[in-house]
Amino acid sequence: MMPILSALTFFPLVGVLLIILMAPKGPHGDTFARQIAGYTTVVTFGIALYAWFVYFDSTKRGFQMVEGFAWLGGTIHYKMGVDGISLPFVLLTAFLMPICIWASAAIETRVKEYMIAFLVLETLMIGVFTSLDILVFYLFFEGGLIPMFLIIGIWGGPRRVYASFKFFLYTLLGSVLMLIAIMAMYVTAGTTDIPTLMAYHFPRDMQLWLFLAFLASFAVKLPMWPVHTWLPDAHVEAPTAGSVILAGILLKMGGYGFLRFSLPMFPDASLYFAPMMFTLSIVAIIYTSLVALAQEDIKKLIAYSSVAHMGFVTMGLFALNRQGVDGAVVQMISHGFISAALFLCVGVIYDRMHTREIKAYGGLVNRMPIYAAVFMVFTLGNVGLPGTTGFVGEFLSLVGVYQVNTWVAIFATTGVILSAAYMLWLYARVMFGKLEKPSLQNIPDMNMREVLFMVPLVAATLFFGFYPAPIFHMTGGAVEQTLAGIKSKLDTAEAAPTPEMAANR
Amino acid sequence: MLYELIVFFPLAGAIIAGLFGRYMGKHGAEYLATFFLCVSAVFSLWAFYEVALQHHTETVHLFSFLDSGELQVDWALRIDTLTAVMLVVVTVVSSLVHVYSIGYMEHDEHRPRFFSYLSLFTFAMLALVTSDNFVQMFFGWEGVGLASYLLIGFWYTRPSANAAAIKAFVVNRVGDFGFALGLMAIFFVFRSLDFTTVFEAAGSKAGQTFNFAGYDVDILTTICLLLFMGAMGKSAQFMLHTWLPDAMEGPTPVSALIHAATMVTAGVFLVCRCSPLFELAPTALAFVTIIGATTAFFAATVGLFQNDIKRVIAYSTCSQLGYMFAAAGVSAYQAAMFHLFTHAFFKALLFLGAGAVIHALHDEQDMRKMGALYKIIPWTYILMCVGTLSLTGFPVFFSGFWSKDAIIESTLAAHSTVGTYAFVLLVIAAGMTSFYSWRLIFMTFHGRYKGDNVHDLDHAHDAPTVMWIPLMILAAGAVIAGWPLFANYFGHFITEEHVAFWHGAIAQLPAHNALEAREAIPEWAKFSPTVMMLLGYIIAWYYYIDHPELPAKLAARRGPLYLFLYNKWYFDELYDLIFVRPAKWIGRQLWKLGDGKIIDGIGPDGVAAGVVDWTRQVVKLQSGYVYHYAFAMLLGVVIFVTYFVGGFGQ
Repeated sequence: MMPILSALTFFPLVGVLLIILMAPKGPHGDTFARQIAGYTTVVTFGIALYAWFVYFDSTKRGFQMVEGFAWLGGTIHYKMGVDGISLPFVLLTAFLMPICIWASAAIETRVKEYMIAFLVLETLMIGVFTSLDILVFYLFFEGGLIPMFLIIGIWGGPRRVYASFKFFLYTLLGSVLMLIAIMAMYVTAGTTDIPTLMAYHFPRDMQLWLFLAFLASFAVKLPMWPVHTWLPDAHVEAPTAGSVILAGILLKMGGYGFLRFSLPMFPDASLYFAPMMFTLSIVAIIYTSLVALAQEDIKKLIAYSSVAHMGFVTMGLFALNRQGVDGAVVQMISHGFISAALFLCVGVIYDRMHTREIKAYGGLVNRMPIYAAVFMVFTLGNVGLPGTTGFVGEFLSLVGVYQVNTWVAIFATTGVILSAAYMLWLYARVMFGKLEKPSLQNIPDMNMREVLFMVPLVAATLFFGFYPAPIFHMTGGAVEQTLAGIKSKLDTAEAAPTPEMAANR
Repeated sequence: MLYELIVFFPLAGAIIAGLFGRYMGKHGAEYLATFFLCVSAVFSLWAFYEVALQHHTETVHLFSFLDSGELQVDWALRIDTLTAVMLVVVTVVSSLVHVYSIGYMEHDEHRPRFFSYLSLFTFAMLALVTSDNFVQMFFGWEGVGLASYLLIGFWYTRPSANAAAIKAFVVNRVGDFGFALGLMAIFFVFRSLDFTTVFEAAGSKAGQTFNFAGYDVDILTTICLLLFMGAMGKSAQFMLHTWLPDAMEGPTPVSALIHAATMVTAGVFLVCRCSPLFELAPTALAFVTIIGATTAFFAATVGLFQNDIKRVIAYSTCSQLGYMFAAAGVSAYQAAMFHLFTHAFFKALLFLGAGAVIHALHDEQDMRKMGALYKIIPWTYILMCVGTLSLTGFPVFFSGFWSKDAIIESTLAAHSTVGTYAFVLLVIAAGMTSFYSWRLIFMTFHGRYKGDNVHDLDHAHDAPTVMWIPLMILAAGAVIAGWPLFANYFGHFITEEHVAFWHGAIAQLPAHNALEAREAIPEWAKFSPTVMMLLGYIIAWYYYIDHPELPAKLAARRGPLYLFLYNKWYFDELYDLIFVRPAKWIGRQLWKLGDGKIIDGIGPDGVAAGVVDWTRQVVKLQSGYVYHYAFAMLLGVVIFVTYFVGGFGQ
């Protein structure tokens, strides 16, 4: 069989090579790099779609398109494969990349390096979702931060050094702990193969420690309260396309990690820590929504709202039932469309006015009707209006968690009120009113390029909002299988406690 | 196919007018949207004949919506009598409002957008009334909320309109908070969100309890109360009513269509649709009646002293919705639907008539600056009087009489404490309704003109034909929607044959017979609403015709009761004090203190300060932080690989 996943994962590097080897010097080289990056990402998306339509079989259980070979002394394998849980994220990544490249017209310094950073980032992100060896996963997972750092650190705003440093401190702790946990898992289970690890039942006490170590990494990445404070700073300093990738894909790695590792590999610990996860999710939803209400910077407001929306993801996942997990997956995909688009929207006016302050705007609808309409669609998506993907994710994760704990559902549902308040208030302050500020008198509406990169996002948000069936068909089987695996492990743990567990009770 | 066309014609109109309206010439978008809506209305009348009179109920499944394990939800069109009645109300009033708006919005440069929103609203409302499951209903529910938000804020350069739009959406979301929790509870209990499945299984859950928020509570009561919270938001009931008067910031046709005839009645529709659940939850029913009657009374008191012509009618709407809920709460759902039907006509008529007044006076809405208009716009005057007679329940000839009396009589016939409570409040409210309605007519059309400049009236004239025809049709509806419907010509809303007419769309326990028993109540009770109506008329006549100088004197004295009512029982001030300001304040504190001082202070900034000191002293790395990080990661990998290659792990 053709190694489709390797081709998909590493194809962006072909673009990198082309840019390094063939780009002429000077401004022509910049244009060349832009074009190569554009073509490469579009072809990558094409390969991803091809893999979905031609190779993927939603009725099949387990991982598909598996390929690999022994690596590093026969202990660690280079192994690739996808199932219904990872494929949507692969598609989302490949979908957002061409849009990012297109939205980077305002980048004028070091264009070649910028494009290379993005292409390398794409390889690393897709690798996260396709690797089936936990160490290979780790390499991709942590490696992805380096290009992201460069993107913020080189092309970022004035406080980029502070933002990167904050990011660094948070992530370092998490990744060290996760690495130690991976080593411990290898020692116990004797493998780094993900499917084998998913079937392996770790002793309960060990699970608790492993869970916390993985949590340290995923919670920062997602981010969960209280380790979220790097996100607003990183977003504010990042260039537009960097924010899009950060919100659209990088945050999802945390959620994906929970679903791929924490839940199936440490089910007893997941159950044990579920109340804590619920509490943190609720706090994230209410706390960050209230904070969003007080923001004065558009990008910060959207960043805080991202944290709130990720709260629904963790809440749904740890409900450990079909609706909750389905809801969490859809919520992540939906947030990939909507928050990405909202950051692009901020980019549109930032490119014109070079400020993100809410006060600097007002009455934009008078001169920018197309922009106002597009921004409205994503505002409503972020509010979770039925008919957008935002509703499907939020509603299902709430339905899921209600079955486990009504208090959690009640608290989380207040987020629905708060999100309406902060988003509509933001919209009114930026868009509505009279166009009185002198600086805005000649602001032009979205140009054709901007309209074209928004159209796919509008279409995706509305199409999957009304007809999310393709997502459910892709993920349903894998979610069902994961939950069945968790359930059988929990059942055996209850039926026959291992000796050490019995001793610890 | 018929039903799909009814629902999707308005959507097509909305999309075409919204996206391409600006390329369709001066009037292209509005003519197209209006034409589509009129077609939809004709088809709806046909559907009413098929379903309500020929009893052909049907459910059309379109395609899958949610598909998550046991949770299976489809987009579907469920057409039974309840739906058919709503189809007629929605599409007929909406098409008339579309026609009227061609005239009313003539000088507005954003007409395509306006018509797009109107049609979008109609589509969402139709999706709501045709849903056969709770999720689609929620879609329509929030969809009409969106359209309402867009239309209230239609004149977006006005700060007050933007504020009102946000308020409407957020207050509705407070109600939807309950609605959404109700949906979760329904799925938890019934493992389905389809009406048919849930309603059939309702009986087996009656009287059982489940755990909700730590308490063991009755299943159906809890579900019904949660759903009713949504209804309270959408139908602007007591405590969640504050958005409706502010919603009058929108153009007047919007007030007629959305904030009087259709959207605000969605809550009543919800309760009637869920009658199989409410019937088995007596506590919830009692609560519905109490809230309904309280709202009817409360809104009427506030309406007494308002001076904005549209706000008076808005409070009147609020009050009339309370009547409908009071009826639903005593299981007289049919009477609630009947009043919903007649109210749609006469209230839309009143709003559009008020629009004609405002139009004639160049956007003046303060009734203290009107007067003597009956000579100048006589046709509007006559039509407004028809609407008022119907609203106040003038006997026999006007539709409001039949539907409102049926409600008031049913509450007494329920023979329960809450029923009697409702009866008393509703009868008093009937008197106040009469007072404020006639006060409106007298202040606007009688006396002398009190505007700033008498010459304003030089160009004032009756509405153009395109606005006048819809008014005539609505006036006809306000008259004939009552007696002929009541007396069995077109349908049996509340007569003995209502069982055949509703054809199972409304459930009713045999013991809940308030509707049938209303014939047996004492004679004095039957006459009391009419007596109150006359009393209200006489008082209004005394103060505003006979002694027109008195009201100003009373207002000038600013007695506590007057201030309390004039300021709408201070609800807005109260909510601002206990919700809005604290939320903003807490948000700011959490941001500056929680995130800034505590989390960052102890976390990254604190550590950073330490690390920076430490690195300065120990190593002088000249790189940026990226390299620190890359180095740390590389170090980890090296250790790990060495570990394996060295064979220690075996």
